[in-house]
Amino acid sequence: MNYSEKVMDHFMNPRNVGEIEDASGVGTVGNAKCGDIMKVYLKIEDGIVIDAKFKTFGCGAAVATSSMATEMIKGKTIQDSLKITNKAVMEALDGLPPVKVHCSCLAEEALHAALWDYAKKNNIVIEGLKEPVDDISEHENIAQED
Amino acid sequence: MENVIYFDNAATTKVRPEVFEQMNKYFSESYGNGSSIYKIARESRKAIEQSREKVAAAINADKNEVFFTAGGSESDNWALKGVAESYSSKGKHIITLSIEHHAVLHTCQFLETKGFEVTYLPVEEDGIVDINKLKAAIRDDTILISVMFANNEIGSVQPIEEIGKIARQKGIIFHTDAVQAVGHIPIDVKAMNIDLLSMSAHKFYGPKGIGALYIRKGIKITPLIHGGAQEKNRRAGTENVPAIVGMAAALELTVKDLNEESARLARLRDKLIDGILSSIPYSRLNGSREKRLPGNVNISFEFVEGESILLLLDMKGICASSGSACTSGSLDPSHVLLAIGLPHEKAHGSLRLSLGMFNTEQEVDFILKELPPIISRLREMSPLYEDFLKNSKSDVK
Ligand SMILES: Cc1ncc(COP(=O)(O)O)c(C=O)c1O
Repeated sequence: MNYSEKVMDHFMNPRNVGEIEDASGVGTVGNAKCGDIMKVYLKIEDGIVIDAKFKTFGCGAAVATSSMATEMIKGKTIQDSLKITNKAVMEALDGLPPVKVHCSCLAEEALHAALWDYAKKNNIVIEGLKEPVDDISEHENIAQED
Repeated sequence: MENVIYFDNAATTKVRPEVFEQMNKYFSESYGNGSSIYKIARESRKAIEQSREKVAAAINADKNEVFFTAGGSESDNWALKGVAESYSSKGKHIITLSIEHHAVLHTCQFLETKGFEVTYLPVEEDGIVDINKLKAAIRDDTILISVMFANNEIGSVQPIEEIGKIARQKGIIFHTDAVQAVGHIPIDVKAMNIDLLSMSAHKFYGPKGIGALYIRKGIKITPLIHGGAQEKNRRAGTENVPAIVGMAAALELTVKDLNEESARLARLRDKLIDGILSSIPYSRLNGSREKRLPGNVNISFEFVEGESILLLLDMKGICASSGSACTSGSLDPSHVLLAIGLPHEKAHGSLRLSLGMFNTEQEVDFILKELPPIISRLREMSPLYEDFLKNSKSDVK
């Protein structure tokens, strides 16, 4: 497995690890069954993402994409946040090995899930944002499997 | 090169310097084709036959029962396909374990497409087959039982002697993939009633790409590789003389101090297991505690994922492996860990450390010092751990 230097940097020194106590939106995607879970916390004020944190269970690429995605969303307006695609995250990391591309998709989904949660809590509609497919209830079920 | 701490001896091993030295001559001086007539070819031939004797002696076989192959995978393929082909008129049923190496499992799956029926026996929580389940699986049309001697991931050692006895009584051919066992646990093919046995030199400090299949006298087996008359017409191809010499030299040396070395390894292994389990909470040993390869440690850490552990260990110069999906190149974690009943998330969080002759106690101490902060660090980052802590807090209330 060959990771780029950027991926290794974000894995070894992940930015924004942690929780936000009074988060405006929280999104969790993935499940332990397939080996990756990402949880993203966003703090949104006046339509701008002023802080982002994450916790991730997963491989090197999962941690690095979470780190990069949260880094990219900070300071963005909600509309600009939607432009952070998995491709953008991947490019910012100088690429990912083919088998790890799904990690970048998960990172995009995690941001969307957190935004969706924010919209729901505030009774607003964010144009262009779809309901996340991989929402939290799914892996709660899996956690109970044990 | 920087200091590498190599704890992945089940994947492959470093070639012993003495072995490497003995091989050299057959690259540059006695490079003749073993089938030719002149002096340097006769030297090759002699080296091949002496090597065969050494390999045979290591497992108490006759020299005419040892056939060189290009490694463990070829030996497994040959044993299964060759017996299936030769005995299909007698029956088409094969029994094996669900935790076999893919060299056996995928060959069985191939045979299923050719009209054979395969029973994949489950194993118990300790990774060992229940002998009664094996007995119950035997049918009138069972032609072959293939059970691995020791598992490459969790190190569990199967009751080979018992299985051999049952197979012999029932007149069923018994093959064992002993790739992880040869050179590490004493093997006697006669006492254990083994009909076919696969081995591979790179697991006992020999070169890669060379192995052998032991075929008991009288067992019929069609060739896998057709061509020249080498290996008594059973395995074609100009012999890889340096590798054959290397394999025999490595095996001779390894078997010579097998008892001492396996005792040393088992002590290091137990120190490693006890040290990890006592210093890292929410960790469990995978596989049997007693019926275990002397060098195998396999532990699952809850709430963390294996590849992340490996990357952080690599930063400290430590080489290890994991059963996580990320390291297997598929989405599923190791079939062996799932077969012993681990839920997916615990299988993803597994770490295999396999010790060998070059490992020292200092290295064991080093990893015991380095591993706990790595696991803590990943847990700090893990949403599963966060949930776990919150839930255990609310339980207390
Ligand atoms: C149990 C077992 N069987 C078969 C093999 C395949 O051996 P080789 O790599 O020599 O083809 C291995 C090693 O990878 C193994 O551990």
